[in-house]
Amino acid sequence: MTRARPIIFGVVGVILLGALWEIYKAVGPATGVVIGGITVLPRTSDLAMPHLLTMWNRLGEPVLSQPGSPPLWQAVVAAAGFTLGIAAISWVIGVVVGMLLAVLMQRFRTAESALLPWIILSQTVPIIALAPLVSGFGSQLPNWQDWMSVVVIASYLAFFPVSVGALRGLESPEQAHIELMYSYGAGWWTTLLRLRLPASVPYLLSALRLAAASAVIGAVVAEVSIGLEGGVGRMMVEFASASSGDPGKPWAPIFGGIAIGLVAAGAVALLGQTLRKYRRTEVAS
Amino acid sequence: MNAVVVENVGKIFTVARRGTVTALEDISLVVAPGEFVSLIGPSGCGKSTLLRLIADLDQPTTGAVTVFGKTARQARIDQNYGIAFQQAGLLAWRTVAQNIELPLELHKVAKPVRRARVAELLELVGLTEFADRYPEQLSGGMQQRVAIARSLAESPGLLLMDEPFGALDEMTRERMQNELVRIRKETGAAVVFVTHSIPEAVFLSDRVVVMSPRPGRIRDIVAVDLGGTDVRDENLREATGFFATVSAVREALHGTPVDAVRGVENR
Ligand SMILES: Nc1ncnc2c1ncn2[C@@H]1O[C@H](COP(=O)(O)OP(=O)(O)OP(=O)(O)O)[C@@H](O)[C@H]1O
Ligand SMILES: [Mg+2]
Repeated sequence: MTRARPIIFGVVGVILLGALWEIYKAVGPATGVVIGGITVLPRTSDLAMPHLLTMWNRLGEPVLSQPGSPPLWQAVVAAAGFTLGIAAISWVIGVVVGMLLAVLMQRFRTAESALLPWIILSQTVPIIALAPLVSGFGSQLPNWQDWMSVVVIASYLAFFPVSVGALRGLESPEQAHIELMYSYGAGWWTTLLRLRLPASVPYLLSALRLAAASAVIGAVVAEVSIGLEGGVGRMMVEFASASSGDPGKPWAPIFGGIAIGLVAAGAVALLGQTLRKYRRTEVAS
Repeated sequence: MNAVVVENVGKIFTVARRGTVTALEDISLVVAPGEFVSLIGPSGCGKSTLLRLIADLDQPTTGAVTVFGKTARQARIDQNYGIAFQQAGLLAWRTVAQNIELPLELHKVAKPVRRARVAELLELVGLTEFADRYPEQLSGGMQQRVAIARSLAESPGLLLMDEPFGALDEMTRERMQNELVRIRKETGAAVVFVTHSIPEAVFLSDRVVVMSPRPGRIRDIVAVDLGGTDVRDENLREATGFFATVSAVREALHGTPVDAVRGVENR
């Protein structure tokens, strides 16, 4: 019951969004709503806002009109799988790097004051600026491939929430618990394993969720910036420009992107289930 | 060999922007093996600080603390004491049994030995059926019993307790006191026990150390005379010797004579 609830809310939300789309399309002005020269709401033509059914039907039709072209949904699934793979690798790298940084900052006060500002600053660099740098550096290495540049950028986005969240988690145990470990003569490493890490799980889980979202968005955007073929990012750009007479088509990779996000969120939720016992909190006596 | 020897200990805290606080001044105290000593005194007189010095959670500014003939530091590393605080301080992700097991696990005690010891301790604090529960599923009193079991895990010769029953209701508190008397008899451990309750101190202790604040000093040490018996049970709470000692402690605490049998001051 309680577990079904978020799913029910999610489904209802999607249905509402779809209904809103169709209602606005039916009653909205054909030229859209323009205030002071700025388009506030889109035009309602079939080209700008295709019917949901058009989008759905388009998925079943071939990608191109040439014979032998696979159905669109197959192409999208393949592209989404590709992007999901890149996002997953990036997530793992981001989590490992983020955790290592967090442990380092917890261990050495000076590391915290030296690293944390840079970590925060690092996230203000836009991907657009980063992409050419990364691929430029990469191209000087032997065997470097474009997908690796995408991984670098996506993990660059993913490590941030992990390092910050994990640091908060590692520093979350109460003084009393830390002193208890000290009274047992436990060293830093033992205290980390037996107290700090388990105590950080609730913080870590939300950080891992954020990192998953960052990895997916980072992968999609970096595919576009780097110009990597095969994923939904590139597909979105291609379909948007090449399909002025085919309004349903650009939506397919967008749905693919959403599906990746859902799979990623689901995977982290599953991880949270296996770490359930670490999410208990002690009630004050 | 004495369980604890505190010699001319002083402790000065340096507080940022507010100078120094003399928490303890010239404290000397000897706790014999198996002896139960309570520390009592107004808030801020340094009871917790003294306990923390014995536990090596803090270091004295002057003087020396010796535990079983070793430095406090060595005694901590050798696990010569068990410690319990006002808050149970259980790890939320560990079951009752796993919480009690923690110190044994950290000191690499073999698993079968650990199992047996945990079962013993659960029996001792009457929580055998709750072995697999998590702390959040227990009442405050039960959590406190788990913390006490944990402090006894390595059969220490010395127990350090800082207001362990402070957060409990009166009924639970008296029950826990009775249990502590029994546990102590079974384990033979020396105890240094911080409390705010005079009756509690008298009921449990061989000697009550009365402290005064600013700076924290020992004002008086009252030996508990049970009037012939050495049985601490429910009857003791009603005995005249008990009331006489309660008054003696109260006098030492307030520095003025108080009417001898005026009933019980609870906290
Ligand atoms: N870490 C610290 N830094 C600065 N001052 C401290 C510190 N710990 C204790 N003090 C000061 O030392 C004095 C004694 O404190 P302590 O906690 O030992 O008192 P206490 O007798 O245990 O009081 P209570 O009955 O309220 O627990 C107090 O004035 C307190 O402000
Ligand atoms: Mg105190």
